[in-house]
Amino acid sequence: MTTLVIAEHDNAQLKGATLNAVAAAAKIGGDVHVLVAGANARAVAEQAAAAAGVAKVLLADAPQLADGLAENVAAQVLAVASGYSHILFPATASGKNVAPRVAAKLDVAQISDIIGVESADTFQRPIYAGNAIATVQSADAVKVITVRTTGFDAVAAQGGSAAVEEVAAVADSGLSTFVGREVAKSDRPELAGARVVVSGGRGLGSAENFKILDPLADKLGAALGASRAAVDAGYAPNDWQVGQTGKIVAPQLYVAVGISGAIQHLAGMKDSKVIVAINKDPEAPIFGVADYGLVGDLFQVVPELTNAL
Amino acid sequence: MKVLVPVKRVVDYNVKVRVKSDQTGVDIANVKMSMNPFDEIAVEEATRLKEKGAVAEVVAVSCGVAQCQETLRTAMAIGADRGVLVQTDAELQPLAVAKLLKALVDKEQPQLVILGKQAIDDDANQTGQMLAALLDWPQATFASKVELADGKATVTREVDGGLETLTLKLPAIVTTDLRLNEPRYVTLPNIMKAKKKQLDTVTPEDLGVDPAPRLKTLKVSEPPARKAGIKVADVAALVDKLKNEAKVV
Repeated sequence: MTTLVIAEHDNAQLKGATLNAVAAAAKIGGDVHVLVAGANARAVAEQAAAAAGVAKVLLADAPQLADGLAENVAAQVLAVASGYSHILFPATASGKNVAPRVAAKLDVAQISDIIGVESADTFQRPIYAGNAIATVQSADAVKVITVRTTGFDAVAAQGGSAAVEEVAAVADSGLSTFVGREVAKSDRPELAGARVVVSGGRGLGSAENFKILDPLADKLGAALGASRAAVDAGYAPNDWQVGQTGKIVAPQLYVAVGISGAIQHLAGMKDSKVIVAINKDPEAPIFGVADYGLVGDLFQVVPELTNAL
Repeated sequence: MKVLVPVKRVVDYNVKVRVKSDQTGVDIANVKMSMNPFDEIAVEEATRLKEKGAVAEVVAVSCGVAQCQETLRTAMAIGADRGVLVQTDAELQPLAVAKLLKALVDKEQPQLVILGKQAIDDDANQTGQMLAALLDWPQATFASKVELADGKATVTREVDGGLETLTLKLPAIVTTDLRLNEPRYVTLPNIMKAKKKQLDTVTPEDLGVDPAPRLKTLKVSEPPARKAGIKVADVAALVDKLKNEAKVV
């Protein structure tokens, strides 16, 4: 039994989500191999080889793999897939994009967003926006799985010494072309992996007011997040969105400011270790999940809290 | 050009579902059902493409029980020209739905299929990608902008850390993200008109597809409950709790 983990990377840096997926693979048991599909991505392969618990790294290096196009990456995974009992992707935008394509080609079901491994064929995953946990068993010969990164503690990035083996890259499918990318600039920690997240909602009132969260986030070394209401109103960029349809986070501390706590939002953050809610409405549902709630005007409370820390 | 839009009947997004006490599933008897919100966005986008003249016909498709007809009528009230129901009482998983949709695509020959990115019941986020794989078509998932021109679709996608833009050769698969558009409210006259639109029913057997589920659900349980929190009186008390009790700052 050998598991293949598909690395998430930007051709220069291995993304942390890969290490969580390797941790899930380790729980399944057997050897763990990592596939790095990219262009000029040897550095990524070497980082993957250094991760604890990785036995071998496959590197497919070609220009047509540079931008993670689903058609080419899925074909690359299929090209090396024989012999693997499990194929794991981190449940990131790119993992979710490619994994079902691989599963359908193999004519197997895909298991999305697992948060627990019970055995080599039985897994736990949240359904209905995290309001229920399903335990599912797969009878398929190959298990194609995406791993919810907040469900597994990352393996150590150092300490491994796997060999890197080059594999032949698949040809360009020619079906799709990459045009461009608009990356949201941020000096803060990445939302999905941050130890502390400070999130704002509709209660902030404007994009200008959202800046009130900056000093608090700076002091806590936190990533900034937002509710869908805040994103739709244009107060915050959409890659800050936390929730069922945005990012799933599970930081040590989650501070929800001016967020009512709709179930779609809770789905994205209720596994945080400690939740703090600041809201002027004492009836807001967010207080139902908050460890510490403070009823008050955020425009007074937030600066006060920043000064007190 | 013809567009196919698959829609799913799901528990309304405002309903807080309860897990059944025997852990066989969630209790959806007597619960309000609606069209999956991402599918509404898909129907809206197809309708807008038609209104712009880029598309000639919009066909809505749903797979499942007889009541999915209501979901198809809603799609037709938004703007779909006709509906197809693949009727079955069997449990349908994404791979089975993708195979049913492939059979319909082979029959209807659309140039574009627009699906929601995920259904809010199983939260799988698979069907569009699986359909693209079965058809060997290109895919653009999590779309926030779609433009059609010269046999190509140019799609902006929401990815971790920002946006990216792809061009796809048609025929192609697109799945919608929330910010693609704001679906219109259906008006009473359009609901009445939708009742007169054509709605065909087929079965998985007609399409030659075996929809048997591949995954067995052993149990469905409540998520671990968070222990009840407390309300603190002021900022000083909050900071004290964070520093001394929770030890997170």
